[in-house]
Amino acid sequence: MGVEQKLGNMGIVTTKLEELVNWSRTNAMWPMLFGLACCAIEMMAAQASHFDMSRFGMELMRASPRQSDLMIVAGRVSRKMAPVVRRLYDQMPEPKWAIAMGDCASCGGVFNNYAILQGVDEIIPVDVYVAGCPPRPEALIHGIVTLYEKVKADKFVTPA
Amino acid sequence: MAQLEEVSYEPFKHLVSERALTGETMLLNMGPQHPSTHGVLRLLLELDGETIVNAIPDIGYLHTGVEKNMESKTYLKAEVMTDRLDYMNTTGNNLAYCMAVEKLIDLDVPERAQVIRVIVTELQRIASHLVFMGAFGLDLAAMSMFLYCFREREYIMDILELCSGQRMMTTYFRPGGVWRDVPEEFDSAVRNFIKIFPKRVDEYEALLTKNPILLDRLVGIGILDAKTALSHGVTGPTLRASGVNWDLRKARPYIGYEQYDFNVPVRTEGDTFARYIVHIEEFRESLKIVEQGLEKLKKLPGKPVNSDNRKFVPPPRAEVGVSMEALIHHFKFWTEGFPAPKASIYSAVESPRGELGVYLEGNGGPKPHRVHMRTPSFDNLSAINKMVQGHLVADLVAILASIDIVLGDIDR
Amino acid sequence: MDKKLEKIVQALQEKFGVTHEEFRGEVHVFVKAENIVDALTLLRDKYEFELLSALTATDYYEQHVEPRFHVIYQLSSLAQNITVQLRVAVNGDQPKVPSAAGVYDTANWREREVFDMFGIQFEGHPDPRRILTPEGMEAHPLRKDFPLGYEEPQFTFNYDDIDLKKIYAKE
Repeated sequence: MGVEQKLGNMGIVTTKLEELVNWSRTNAMWPMLFGLACCAIEMMAAQASHFDMSRFGMELMRASPRQSDLMIVAGRVSRKMAPVVRRLYDQMPEPKWAIAMGDCASCGGVFNNYAILQGVDEIIPVDVYVAGCPPRPEALIHGIVTLYEKVKADKFVTPA
Repeated sequence: MAQLEEVSYEPFKHLVSERALTGETMLLNMGPQHPSTHGVLRLLLELDGETIVNAIPDIGYLHTGVEKNMESKTYLKAEVMTDRLDYMNTTGNNLAYCMAVEKLIDLDVPERAQVIRVIVTELQRIASHLVFMGAFGLDLAAMSMFLYCFREREYIMDILELCSGQRMMTTYFRPGGVWRDVPEEFDSAVRNFIKIFPKRVDEYEALLTKNPILLDRLVGIGILDAKTALSHGVTGPTLRASGVNWDLRKARPYIGYEQYDFNVPVRTEGDTFARYIVHIEEFRESLKIVEQGLEKLKKLPGKPVNSDNRKFVPPPRAEVGVSMEALIHHFKFWTEGFPAPKASIYSAVESPRGELGVYLEGNGGPKPHRVHMRTPSFDNLSAINKMVQGHLVADLVAILASIDIVLGDIDR
Repeated sequence: MDKKLEKIVQALQEKFGVTHEEFRGEVHVFVKAENIVDALTLLRDKYEFELLSALTATDYYEQHVEPRFHVIYQLSSLAQNITVQLRVAVNGDQPKVPSAAGVYDTANWREREVFDMFGIQFEGHPDPRRILTPEGMEAHPLRKDFPLGYEEPQFTFNYDDIDLKKIYAKE
């Protein structure tokens, strides 16, 4: 989407542009203000004064999916909530990323039962899984930094 | 997976006024993704201009099946589930469940364990109220409150981590006592918190209590009278703000609350401001209890923190290596679990949100037959329609924040 | 049994012919389904049981006993500081209980929850919808004949099988 489609094969220029775009994407990635359960409290803690996620370009949490780049699925996703999560993900503009925060979002966690989705990756593609029940704010920040590395390694033109 | 369909008003027809059906009033969907619903609550609002005629909550977006899942686990393993119900009051949930199990199997708890339980529960109550204050401030555009409150919350999270190794889901209380004794640093960490915190509460009050913008948004908003509150099963700070002096810590003292000297803050206005003040006062009262608890703990050094009833409590690790009997108990305990009688009990504690009751039924085996958590937020939320009628949409945000709901507590 | 409670149970006995049990100081009073609304009204108005603490149910499917369900009403009196539990036994075949939503407002949601979880119908309920489970769900999850819904955890040996089910995992 966007810049990738307009690119021809411009050799050295592309690499530099790639770096520039990826750098700008990582340093102002806006997560969606979207909390489900316990992990949302730790996500709030990560945002708040002690851990301060804005050091990583995340001071702004957007409640609207239209304005956000990153979906942090913080908590267990129930079968009733699943269609809503999918719709929110669909409403996010490209490029978009998703982090499954915590065990419940990654694999169902301790709730292996009729009500909970066994991993949010059943309904949306996930880039980074953060383990923990709930993960410490440091763990979430580590997950985000991991995502940044992934974004930085993003290639616009796949070599033939 | 269920499909998301067009919102239809057909199922809500009997809940809205007749004017909605003629199109005179507007129906507005709020949530489940909304910054002010404290999670995944969905509200269907019937609006006349900007005035709310009816608010119809739609819950279940976080339905976790905790009660069903607990039936398939042994009594001890089921405790892990209770943490994740009301995730702001994790040790409080543990306490409610452990007390229920202790009552069902008739297990004694040593005094030192009870004192530790009181201290940790009250610290958790402060932490929960801190999150309440932070979110309350955030919803009312007092962003700095959120930052301040979460700063202080870290102290408590550190103390909990010190005791149990986890910040939130501690599972620190076990039937018959606590997991293990508090570490040496516990005393100084809690004392440090006690020293800092009163000044911080004054700071919050200086920011909010006399703030004219805030007062305009709170005073006289969302009035809930005592009779309606009781009929709706509302408990906790929300009930006490409506003028009913009902606190289970005073009314039916448990884990030794009768030995502590504290007041129950009560207001009579029943509005959003009264609920805010009750929470602020409870900070100070909880702190008093923690302080007295520390003094009590000092008088009980080295006393056991677990019941010595080997049928229901695992033997200490050191004993397992040398005693055959202890090894058998250890093995039986962790594989099979302990049996409980075929009977049912109901036991309740005062959580930061109200009466947290556990209905526990055994069937003679090692797994519970039925666990029902009577969660306070569920009933507190059921009164929301009575509170918001006639107010503006912006007031709904303040009212929702003031009743301090936790969606995990509601949907279970 | 508490002195105050003894009188109340006696009054219920005379009026509705109830039986009662005691366990660990808790009193469980068995009321017939047709009397439950009257009993609750009497307790609320005459004996100051203002608070319906809990309303839930339990299922004895595995024990093969009739009646299969018990509906449980946990009442608290703030004025007298006593509690009592009323239990209504309900047959497993099309279980029905009169609704208490007219007596206690909180019964409205609690009965919806019991209906959702156990499929017990509450006659005369003002808003008989499901409350927690998604729309379109047919079953009642807390019944003992409903499976927990266990899914296989993903290990190395079945990694690919489970991955196939997660269509978006590789996107």
